[in-house]
Amino acid sequence: MKHTISVLVENEFGVLSRVAGLFSGRGFNIESLSVAPALDPTISRMTIVTTGDDQVLEQITKQLNKLIDTIKIIDFTGQDFIEREMGMIKVTAEEGTRAEVLRIVDIFRAKVVDVTPRSYTIEVTGSPSKIDAVVELLRPMGIKELVRSGPVVLGRGPKVWRNS
Amino acid sequence: MKKTGSQILLECLRLEGVETIFGYPGGTVINIYDDLMDFPIKHILTRHEQAAVHAADGYARATGKVGVAIATSGPGATNTITGIATAYMDSIPMVIITGQVPTPLIGNDAFQEADLIGITRPITKHNYLVKNVKDLARIIKQAFYIARTGRPGPVLVDLPKDVQIATTEFEYPETVELRGYKPTYSGNARQIDNAVKMIMAARKPVLYVGGGVTLSNTSKELMQLAELIQAPVTTTLMAMASFPKKHPLSLGMLGMHGTYYANMAVTNSDLLVAIGARFDDRVTGKIATFAPHAKIIHIDIDPTSIKKNVRVDLPIVGDLKDVLKKLLGKLGEHKEDISALVDTTEGWRQEIDAWKKQHPMSYKHSKTVIKPQYVIEKLRELTRDDAIITTEVGQHQMWTAQFFDFTQPRTFLSSGGLGTMGYGLPSALGAQAAFCDRQVIDISGDGSFQMNSQELATLVQYRLPVKIVILNNNFLGMVRQWQHLFFHNRYSQTCMELPIDFVKLAEAYGATGLQATKPEEVEEVIRKALDTPGPVIMEFKISREENVMPMVPAGAGLNEMVLAS
Repeated sequence: MKHTISVLVENEFGVLSRVAGLFSGRGFNIESLSVAPALDPTISRMTIVTTGDDQVLEQITKQLNKLIDTIKIIDFTGQDFIEREMGMIKVTAEEGTRAEVLRIVDIFRAKVVDVTPRSYTIEVTGSPSKIDAVVELLRPMGIKELVRSGPVVLGRGPKVWRNS
Repeated sequence: MKKTGSQILLECLRLEGVETIFGYPGGTVINIYDDLMDFPIKHILTRHEQAAVHAADGYARATGKVGVAIATSGPGATNTITGIATAYMDSIPMVIITGQVPTPLIGNDAFQEADLIGITRPITKHNYLVKNVKDLARIIKQAFYIARTGRPGPVLVDLPKDVQIATTEFEYPETVELRGYKPTYSGNARQIDNAVKMIMAARKPVLYVGGGVTLSNTSKELMQLAELIQAPVTTTLMAMASFPKKHPLSLGMLGMHGTYYANMAVTNSDLLVAIGARFDDRVTGKIATFAPHAKIIHIDIDPTSIKKNVRVDLPIVGDLKDVLKKLLGKLGEHKEDISALVDTTEGWRQEIDAWKKQHPMSYKHSKTVIKPQYVIEKLRELTRDDAIITTEVGQHQMWTAQFFDFTQPRTFLSSGGLGTMGYGLPSALGAQAAFCDRQVIDISGDGSFQMNSQELATLVQYRLPVKIVILNNNFLGMVRQWQHLFFHNRYSQTCMELPIDFVKLAEAYGATGLQATKPEEVEEVIRKALDTPGPVIMEFKISREENVMPMVPAGAGLNEMVLAS
């Protein structure tokens, strides 16, 4: 089963390797990982998507908590949260396909951010499944290159997670 | 007044109450060693960095204080790895200081550079690379705090040479602020109430006790609990000395080489109370058949230990001292129920006594060859109750666990989790450095002893009168035993074909060497060794193909014990 967790850590040298090393050392999976400073710049916020049964997830959250540099873990399993990912797709756009590519861009409210005579680069934001859908529709046109940010998440509602 | 980084380091050690450190100098710690000459801290120069870390570990296990070791960068630092991993697996509080190349050279493959932060990340509780001398005092304060609090463990501080030379105003912080590190000490009251209910409802309770009892100094509370509810107690290797084996409620050790009655009791129990133990595979055997009828209460300060290997019905996270005291308090409120409990569990204790009579710990005596178990029993007879016993890893370690009757906590130092051959001699060195007047004995095999035998030099140099027992079978005995039982007697690379003259080896270092080849010489050799000042090797030529029994084969259930080979 897929789980999304946010991890607030000290924004310090080597913390990413502690988290990544914990996953590899204990045989846990990382499906995606994104990291950047949080509102408080002394804290980094990681969003990790992982897979495993409940027991594995319990160990993952406990082990993450055990790291001295971990300040807070938020497990979004079973919670109401907003999930957004960004993808950039460099797609072949030649005479026969340019219009179709633009139609797909339009339908998904994506954006063309770079244009050449033979390609478009498209920026698309949304849930990971939306990115999947865009990629699937563009695939027949010829995708040259694809990059995805991995999802970032926030809980719904007025409640916020503080570091104390 | 401004101080250099190396002065600040030593000042911090002094303020932490460190009296003795173990180490080995080198290029990137030469400044620290220079300043050490002006500080009232005793330094013991081992002959290998691995031994320095094991010695600090032995010091920590024997005293309960934080052990401190120091090594230079590169090979000095990588030599500490086995020692650090040993301490990490057994949750031993330690601070390891390693030199590092100057900060501008880090990452350049400089001479004697190794990425110690990267290498030790999975085997330390935490580690630090100090990049600015202004951070040094805070980091040392945090390192000691992290090492000794919560579930203890080793913390490594990697200290570049230029940071040791740089100067700043010294101020030792009074408090530690770590927003990500707040161990849970206080056991949850409702969970403790539930534990009381489960204990009261039990008919076949067993207390399963691990190294946490030693680390939290709760042997007294454990004894009170066991006697109050009259529950049998089985210990892991790590808790060997935390509950006296001669006590009527003692089941001895459980697991792979545990007693028949401990393994039978666990298998038939209806309530298992795990106290500071972590359900290691050498303890549980096959998980599916481990304590199949029991409800499990697991008390531990480390939440990751709970439900890691086995299902748990009632987890209690907290310091054992806090939890056991509260549990005793709550149980004390139900005096009548407890006497009823003691009555209803009488049948269970009788069942266990029958198992004890049926298959006691025993071995075949011999008048012609020395039996290793006999040496251990004699040694116990002739040593004081507070003697500190260390072991290496292998058959001799298991025989010690099985046949030495420990009575006091912190008198048995052994590498339980990592199973490090070569641990015993340097850890004995560390324990003797802490307690110069106590008997300290390393029980060893001929294989393990040779992994750190160079430490004889350290013992002689510092007049540390450690006595060394070598149970010599000219085999790597435990591996040979597995080859005998599971590989059709194909003794691949386990015969130590070159006979070593251990008496001469002792003499080469300026120690005393004694040897026994017949059973009737055993007692005399032990007596003589204990009466001889300074370090002594006692070599016993034992029956070569003796096996450690009983044994639960790896992967089998505790109820599938082999009782004799």
